[in-house]
Amino acid sequence: MATRVAQISCGTEYSGIQWILDDIAEQVGIELVYPEMELSQVEAACEEMGLKVESPSLNMMMARAVSMLKDPSIKGVLLLTCFRCAEGTVVKDVVRRFLHERTDIPIITYSNVEKPKEIELYARLEALKTLITRKALLMRERQEGTTLGVDSGSSTTKVVVMKDDEIVGEAWIPTTDPVESADDAIERALETAGMKEQDIEAIGVTGHGRELVGEHVKADLNLEEVSVVAKGAALLTGRHKGEATVIDIGGMNNKLILMRDGIANSFSLGGICGGSSGRFLEVAAHRLDVDISELGQLALKSKERHELQSYCMVFGIQSLVVSLAAGVKREDVAAAACRSVAEQVYETQIQEMEMRPPVIFVGGVSLVEGVKKEFEHLLGTEVVVPPNSQYAGAVGIATLVSGL
Amino acid sequence: MKVLVYPPNSLILADLVERGGHEPVVLMREIGKHVRDAEIDAPPLNVTEEDLKRALRYVSVEEPAGVKGRIGLLVPLLEQAEASIILTDAPPTFGCMGCAVSDEFFKFLIRKRKIPTLEVRYEGGDRMKEMVDRIMAFLAGLPKGE
Repeated sequence: MATRVAQISCGTEYSGIQWILDDIAEQVGIELVYPEMELSQVEAACEEMGLKVESPSLNMMMARAVSMLKDPSIKGVLLLTCFRCAEGTVVKDVVRRFLHERTDIPIITYSNVEKPKEIELYARLEALKTLITRKALLMRERQEGTTLGVDSGSSTTKVVVMKDDEIVGEAWIPTTDPVESADDAIERALETAGMKEQDIEAIGVTGHGRELVGEHVKADLNLEEVSVVAKGAALLTGRHKGEATVIDIGGMNNKLILMRDGIANSFSLGGICGGSSGRFLEVAAHRLDVDISELGQLALKSKERHELQSYCMVFGIQSLVVSLAAGVKREDVAAAACRSVAEQVYETQIQEMEMRPPVIFVGGVSLVEGVKKEFEHLLGTEVVVPPNSQYAGAVGIATLVSGL
Repeated sequence: MKVLVYPPNSLILADLVERGGHEPVVLMREIGKHVRDAEIDAPPLNVTEEDLKRALRYVSVEEPAGVKGRIGLLVPLLEQAEASIILTDAPPTFGCMGCAVSDEFFKFLIRKRKIPTLEVRYEGGDRMKEMVDRIMAFLAGLPKGE
């Protein structure tokens, strides 16, 4: 049976994207439903939320949100308004906060554009579906037996071998061909663990290349990254109870996940701009003539604040080059590059969610100390980078597959 | 008490608050700080990138720059207010936000603060006295500071 998810929007039909939403929802096994409400309830709903706007459709959107709370068959929420609609964005934000206060069901938001990237919508709806339907599996707090986790990322492939809740082997290599890279990383991880393929009881895969790699390695579990990375972050920090916020910045993608009791319950996906990814830092490191592993340390030496003129991968790097030519110290430029990534993630994602301390930072970029420092400055709170933070996805899936 | 007036640049409301024995919280003071700050040079209002970023604590990044700028300027007023008076349907000459979305949203933010708030409809002509009486009665009911 399809999972019922409430679509709360103000008229996606007019954006010409409703058929795409319906199509993708069907593919991932979600039934999009429009919460019923009487027109006479609109006024009361606006009063309950404390906001009434000019647009009748947006007022009706608030009424649908109130009405949805009375329907126990609804297990998730997709909240949509048009990109750049000022009033719509206000309402979307108010409705999201309202629902967060009153319900625990997962909520995802999206801004309609005429030509949405289907892959973006697919990733969001698929993650929403996992959070709703695989809750029992996601409650696992300990890895058992001997399992292997593959995180086939867009930039790097990470593999861990786990035995009785410990990482005994690992490998982290650049992704070229996803299958070949996975094979190579698995071989290396087994080698560091001193094990053979037949010692592995189960294999789990996650990440961008999970479909291809999963089929190739005959994976026992293939899960999308949001729920897996959240689980990995909970395992690496031992934070299985209470709330937390997970920031995951990888080579080409980033995620912000709100977690309760070790399970993701709301998230925001990046991937719109390369300027907030690890790739930006790789290019910056190259221009500064340091290895990416040394960029963070260099940034920590900065004494004078310097700003890049743009967050953009092209113009930000151009600004970096101009700064160096103008005689700005390398460490100050390195710090500016780290700040640029942290600020963009903050402005485009973190501010959209309610931060729930502690903040756990994972993914390849978490190893760049300068970015961690900038996040701490921006958020005004300590940011925890657990050991093996780059393996959060691999550890998460290796643990989850041991529960099957 | 620090009483936020809305529209936030209403001289008449600010004057009433002072006459009522309280301290008006008004936009002019905030803008004044910016204009007198020799370090900032972004005339005429000197709204800076920091103001826009500060707004992000309350508004979505998707909002147009003008909404962010207005809310960013108003955030300090919101955060120090201990009570508020919201005048609805006031003519632009009485004091004005100038942007309908910022206007709707800022009123929402005030309500969410759950501080003592009087919402009163602007009345002209003969009924203006009635409106002023309501405001003065509200101010008289607020606890006086030391």
